[in-house]
Amino acid sequence: MPYDVYLNVAVGGLLTGLVYGLMALGLSVIFGVVRVVNFAHGEMMSIAMYLAVVLFSAFHLDPLIMMVPIAAVLFVFGYALQSGLINPFITRPEHSQFLLLVALAIIIVNTLLIVFGPDARTVQTAYAFDSFQLGALIVAAAKVYAAAAAILFAALLFAFFRFTLIGKAIRACADNYTGALVVGLNVNRLYALTFGIGAACVGAAGVMMTLIVDVTPMIGPTYTLLAFVIVITGGLGSMPGALLGGILIGLTEALAGLLFTPSAKSMFAFGILVLVLLFRPQGILGKRAA
Amino acid sequence: MAALVARLTDDLSRRTMIWLAALFVALLIAPWVVGDYLVTVLILILYLAYTGQAWNIMMGFAGQLSLGHAIYAGLGAYIAAVLFTRYGVGPWFGLLAAMPVAAGCGAVIGYLAFRFGVTGVYFAILTIAFAEFARIGFDHLGVVNAAAGLFLPVAQYTHNDLWRLRGDPTMFYYVMLAATLAAFVLCRLLIKSRIGYFWLAIREDEEAARAAGIDTFRYKMYAVMISAAVTSFAGVFYAFFYNNLFPEQVFNISQSIQMILGPIIGGVGTLFGPILGAFVLTGLAESLNSALTACGLDLPGAEQVFYGVCLLLVVATLPEGIWPWLARRLGVTELA
Amino acid sequence: MTPIRTQPNRRHIIGGAAATVAALAAPSIGRAQGGPLKVGVLLPRSGFEAGIGQDCQRGVDIAPAILTSMGMPHLSIMNGDTESNVDTAREHAEKLISDGAQLLIGAFDSGQTTAIAQVAEQKGIPLVINIAAAPDITEQGYKFVFRNFPTAGMILTDAFANQKEVFGLVGKAPKTVVFMHVNDTFGTAMSKGINVLMPKFNMPYTIADEIAYDPAARDLSVEVAKAKASNPDALLVVSRLNDAMLITRELVKQRWTPQAILSMGPGWYEDQYFKTMGKLSDGPLSFVPWYDPNKKLAQQVEAALAKAYPGVNLNTNHVFTFEALLVAADAYKRAGSTDPKALAEAIRTTNITDNVSIGSGIQFNAKGQNDKVKDGAIQNRGGKPVVIAPQAAANAKPEWPLQPYQSRG
Repeated sequence: MPYDVYLNVAVGGLLTGLVYGLMALGLSVIFGVVRVVNFAHGEMMSIAMYLAVVLFSAFHLDPLIMMVPIAAVLFVFGYALQSGLINPFITRPEHSQFLLLVALAIIIVNTLLIVFGPDARTVQTAYAFDSFQLGALIVAAAKVYAAAAAILFAALLFAFFRFTLIGKAIRACADNYTGALVVGLNVNRLYALTFGIGAACVGAAGVMMTLIVDVTPMIGPTYTLLAFVIVITGGLGSMPGALLGGILIGLTEALAGLLFTPSAKSMFAFGILVLVLLFRPQGILGKRAA
Repeated sequence: MAALVARLTDDLSRRTMIWLAALFVALLIAPWVVGDYLVTVLILILYLAYTGQAWNIMMGFAGQLSLGHAIYAGLGAYIAAVLFTRYGVGPWFGLLAAMPVAAGCGAVIGYLAFRFGVTGVYFAILTIAFAEFARIGFDHLGVVNAAAGLFLPVAQYTHNDLWRLRGDPTMFYYVMLAATLAAFVLCRLLIKSRIGYFWLAIREDEEAARAAGIDTFRYKMYAVMISAAVTSFAGVFYAFFYNNLFPEQVFNISQSIQMILGPIIGGVGTLFGPILGAFVLTGLAESLNSALTACGLDLPGAEQVFYGVCLLLVVATLPEGIWPWLARRLGVTELA
Repeated sequence: MTPIRTQPNRRHIIGGAAATVAALAAPSIGRAQGGPLKVGVLLPRSGFEAGIGQDCQRGVDIAPAILTSMGMPHLSIMNGDTESNVDTAREHAEKLISDGAQLLIGAFDSGQTTAIAQVAEQKGIPLVINIAAAPDITEQGYKFVFRNFPTAGMILTDAFANQKEVFGLVGKAPKTVVFMHVNDTFGTAMSKGINVLMPKFNMPYTIADEIAYDPAARDLSVEVAKAKASNPDALLVVSRLNDAMLITRELVKQRWTPQAILSMGPGWYEDQYFKTMGKLSDGPLSFVPWYDPNKKLAQQVEAALAKAYPGVNLNTNHVFTFEALLVAADAYKRAGSTDPKALAEAIRTTNITDNVSIGSGIQFNAKGQNDKVKDGAIQNRGGKPVVIAPQAAANAKPEWPLQPYQSRG
């Protein structure tokens, strides 16, 4: 196969991987700090995707612009969800939490099905069919924009956690729950904030994703699984890890599809997951559990 | 036989025995009083009760959350089906072949997980990964017809053939009823045995159990392997009852989730939990269906939403499951 | 231990609706004679195939008026939803039968249809399959299952013949193709069939690469890149609606327009494809079961559809669902009773030449398969499909090659 095919596919995979990374970032933040197994992560993303579709068909606003308000909406949703519904479950056994979120996921997927129907919806932006050509490299324009926005959002998030007081407080909660309590942090409020931030991440990622794929109510569960694979591979509690994991999975899927049967390409993501769980459970960039 | 029954029931009060007997009789005569369609629904309920019970061995007794249990049922289904369609081997022999394979698969997953210290949520995700791996793998496996589906031959049955599991739904109902009963008895025996006590210790506090000298690795492996082998029968049943197998359906994560909803709603770690959970869930689903049809509404997905809401409510308000609450009301708490 | 059941006990059972007792008892007892025939229509009305299920439903909606105008007896339609799921399909088939359905129609998806066929055969209720191509369904020796739709093998045979005809008409033929197909029941059946049947037809092209993709895939950039890498003249494809749109988009983004797109499945001629793709929808050829625009009944159906659902093009989904109801009504008329065995026998002797689809008409062979149905070749033009082959059913000339995507408006 000519080398430019590999190049194109790899670049495409990398760009998609960046958006995956943003989605996984949201999960990493939630899972890493609040320690809640958010099995409704992909479903929350599909809510954001549908919001993007609806707003686009109503107002023709470009998703890149809508990213901010929709992320804000998801933030509120996440905040409310955590403080209202999930908080009492933090101390419960894991399968309780998980089931709560599975129930939520089922509700979300099927409500979307009732409201929007099962047909795939797209956001047909003006640049949906555009591509850039640099020599042998042909790259879809929408993917480039989506990836760029994902990097921007991630950078903002890093800055937030590194430089702001609240960000540091959240990191403190994650590192040492008891210590945070002792120091007097309002852990419940911080948890809610964190969940909100995680939801905002996944919201932004969702809006970006509408530029790359079309949305049906059923894509939620697929992305939930993918998010978990990425987070575990990249490293729990490590934000660069989530991005790295996203890129890695995006690349692997793309190249696996090219070299082997495309219909089996998801197997590789799961294969990587198994290997990581066995040999480096803290993930590539994660810290070893205390 | 009498000794066995005695051993199983020695700590039960008369009240409990009466409830048990009543339930048993009700289940036994059910096909005679309800129509074919309801018999099918009951078969589904018993199937979920059975698989829930099997899953419960791993989760409720040994504390390992498996979210990919469909892989064992799927292996059982495909092995029995391939042996039947290609070599004419009957389902009961197919089961003899399927059980060791499923147990072996469980052993592999268990070994990888326990030797490498994968626990809790990570273990759950590992099981999901294996089930998905199987799903995609079988989707490309020629010997089982890959994604096109494996069909068992079917005809208008004039009589029931228990040996080859061909016949009308009522026969399948009794097969499943017997299986669920057997699973129930097996679980009760296991709980009251030495293995059961070790499992209880491991579930409550694995570190302490290990400190007390229990070989946790070995007993966790037993739990996984027994659970897997028991689940594989459900797969064999599934193959011969539905007569068609698609990897997309059989290994799907929604199958795994459906298997565990019953026990979680009914009560993890309890004996009646899975059975009660299966009845409640399927009962709810069917009533909603009838209600919607009666109103003339046709909202695809509404049933699932209601389902999810009920699930949410039960998890939020009755975290131990419905059975412990019901048991207290009925006064049969020692049944566990 | 299986309990012994005797007939008298069954008949004396009280409690349980009369309908369910009737369903349990032998077919000759308890079925209402005369009046409309109760037809259970099972379609994927929800789930991932819902779009097509709802499209098939349109064929059901326009049927009663047309059938009445043909002097056919009334049909009482009972709707069932398979939820695009095999287990649900089976359950709802059983439910419809216990609610009194005397004949079943369904169900678009091969897997779900097989499950329903098994129920129908076991219960002795006739099933008229509207759409499902898996060959196995009519190879089981069933007595109550009838299919008025081609098998995957028949679709391929006709596709090859029609392709040669089209190549002859345009005077050009591709030398290499890449075969892309969705990895589900239908796609796999077609893939198997191609490997067996193609050598017998002496086609002018060879398959340079075969690419199977996941039906749930939402991004086909890798698959299309792989296809492009082999540099084929044309793209041979078996896909569904969503994949068709995804593939087209990728072709545009990757700046590759093959000489032709030869589709042998659904998707490329569906309304949503035209609506979403706009000018980019022109050109692809589909070799699929289709209606014959020169047939009177076809024109009648097309008019009825246009009136009831303006803007919706007549396609395979409407046509074959309508024809299934036609078969049911026709059999009921000739049988004169709603007894399932009589209906099945009547269906077996069906001979409808005044029908909608291409071919000599509707007849069933000993296996319950209509082996006379022929496929057509259609091409997307100006927002609707036109028939370009076979000659007898054509209403337009084929255009070749595809106009490059980059130069379309």
